[in-house]
Amino acid sequence: MNQEKIITVNNLTKEFGSFTAVDGISFDVYKGEIFGFLGANGAGKTTAIKMLIGISKPTSGEALVAGFDVKTHAEMVKKSIGYMSQKFSMYDDLTIKENITFFGGIYGLSRAKIKEKTTQLIQDLNLQDVADKLVKALPLGWKQKLSFSVALLHEPKIVFLDEPTGGVDPITRRQFWEMIYAEAHKGTTLFVTTHYMDEAEYCDRVSIMVEGKIEALDSPKNLKQKYNVDSMNDVFLKLARNVE
Amino acid sequence: MKRFIGFVTKEFYHIFRDKRTMFILFGMPMVQIMLFGFAITNEVNNVNIAIFDQSKDSETQQIINKISASKYFKIESQITHEAQIESIFRTGKVKAVLVFEKDFIQNLQNKKTAKVQVITDATDPNMANTITNYINAILQNYSQEINTNSKPLYQIQTQTQLYYNPELKSVFTFVPGVMTIILMLVSAMMTSISITREKEMGTMEVLLVSPIKPFQVVIGKVFPYIFLSIINATIILLLGIFVFKMPIEGSLFLLALESILFIITALSLGILISTIAQSQQTAMMFSLAGLMLPVIILSGFIFPISSMPVPLQIISNIIPAKWFIIIIKAIMLKGATIHTIWKETLILIGMTLFFIAVSIKKYKIRLE
Repeated sequence: MNQEKIITVNNLTKEFGSFTAVDGISFDVYKGEIFGFLGANGAGKTTAIKMLIGISKPTSGEALVAGFDVKTHAEMVKKSIGYMSQKFSMYDDLTIKENITFFGGIYGLSRAKIKEKTTQLIQDLNLQDVADKLVKALPLGWKQKLSFSVALLHEPKIVFLDEPTGGVDPITRRQFWEMIYAEAHKGTTLFVTTHYMDEAEYCDRVSIMVEGKIEALDSPKNLKQKYNVDSMNDVFLKLARNVE
Repeated sequence: MKRFIGFVTKEFYHIFRDKRTMFILFGMPMVQIMLFGFAITNEVNNVNIAIFDQSKDSETQQIINKISASKYFKIESQITHEAQIESIFRTGKVKAVLVFEKDFIQNLQNKKTAKVQVITDATDPNMANTITNYINAILQNYSQEINTNSKPLYQIQTQTQLYYNPELKSVFTFVPGVMTIILMLVSAMMTSISITREKEMGTMEVLLVSPIKPFQVVIGKVFPYIFLSIINATIILLLGIFVFKMPIEGSLFLLALESILFIITALSLGILISTIAQSQQTAMMFSLAGLMLPVIILSGFIFPISSMPVPLQIISNIIPAKWFIIIIKAIMLKGATIHTIWKETLILIGMTLFFIAVSIKKYKIRLE
């Protein structure tokens, strides 16, 4: 694997008053890697991601994303990343084409580029028949795939996927992961959070956050060996149980 | 700039594809102005009255003729007994009864004075008051006519002149009032709803992660509503001028500028609401309960501020609509220039800046 670091996190901390949501985490993510970012609800996952994508300011520590400091160059960070959240985040009352045009527009793509991307995307996802229909009418699985493609529209170096497969059927999840692999193959880095432990197995490396700290970080294979269990699910349970 | 156009285009799609929004934007102003203009009126027109003439002489007949000749009253019935007065009021057919005393003409000629009694149905106090005034005026007029032959030695004559709205047309206060309400509603409520909608849908998060800056998002969302509010204001003004014959004494340009200022005030209030409210429903409640009621009640649109209790008078000062109503009434009816309304204008500007400053501060706290 490529050893070029694309995200460097050093002692990143976020406090809300006396509560420390993220407690001095440090890790690196390499270019073209699928990086799984796991943790129970309330472990500080979301807060950590928010700092990495530049919409929340760290209390202390530093993070370089695509070479830019999230504290001082949030705007540059935003230009280099794509983001897809668990909530379906396109406009229901706009057609597929209009959504693509809009999101292409806010990322500053030229009109010609948007046109080219739209044609390509609609072809790739096989959406020719519904391209001019309102997004509202699409099944959830399609919507998620569309969201992912739109997050890639501006060819970001890193894509953050925040529980991208929530509420989606197993077949679509499978297809979704195929899209993720294909993208990683092109050299894009994927930073994924998920609740599905089988999905954690698909990642190149996985970090597990417990109570604001990173308790474990390695490949799924190594983690299973280290904790002497058969699945990521058991790794996760073991770590979470230790805390209680 | 290209981003901005893309953003505004998207916003117009939202607006034009939502029937409810379209109705609030364009249906409501029409309905309101028509309602206020035609249905709700303090004017007296073709009011049914009854006559109880106990004298039935040439003098009373002349007075009755004069009254029925005016466009204000219609003589519904003649009654013959005192007891009928109660019963005819009960049926609700008439709003007033005019009673002439016995021997009216004799009294007038011999004692130089004769009595007419006006009895009104005061279940509607405003109406009763107006009717009394109108009948009084007709009687005064008549007594002056018969006096011209034999002039009394001394006489004080009151000359009443009603400036700016000589016919006391209620439309003249309703048009500015409705315009204020509509602009407030469209600008504040619609923007706060459309911004909170993005929060609710999760698209706001995506926008915040994108390189587009937060203030660009807000301006992009607000801009279409400035545009639509201006169209709205124009529609209301045109209706006022052509349907209700509302005069515009002052400069149209100043009126337009002040309207745009008020639109911006309302928009900034909408933005402020959207920084507090997390859902569309909360935003709507905030705007309706927090804005509409005070605008209608405390702005001086329906109830005169000067006759409110002092605490309410003080509170009314923080209602932006109050100042805007003063401004547009002054321009439309009195032909005021900026020299007379600069104070109100400054207050609106100050309020706008305040709302924007608080919104920015609230927003920053959330980001930290």
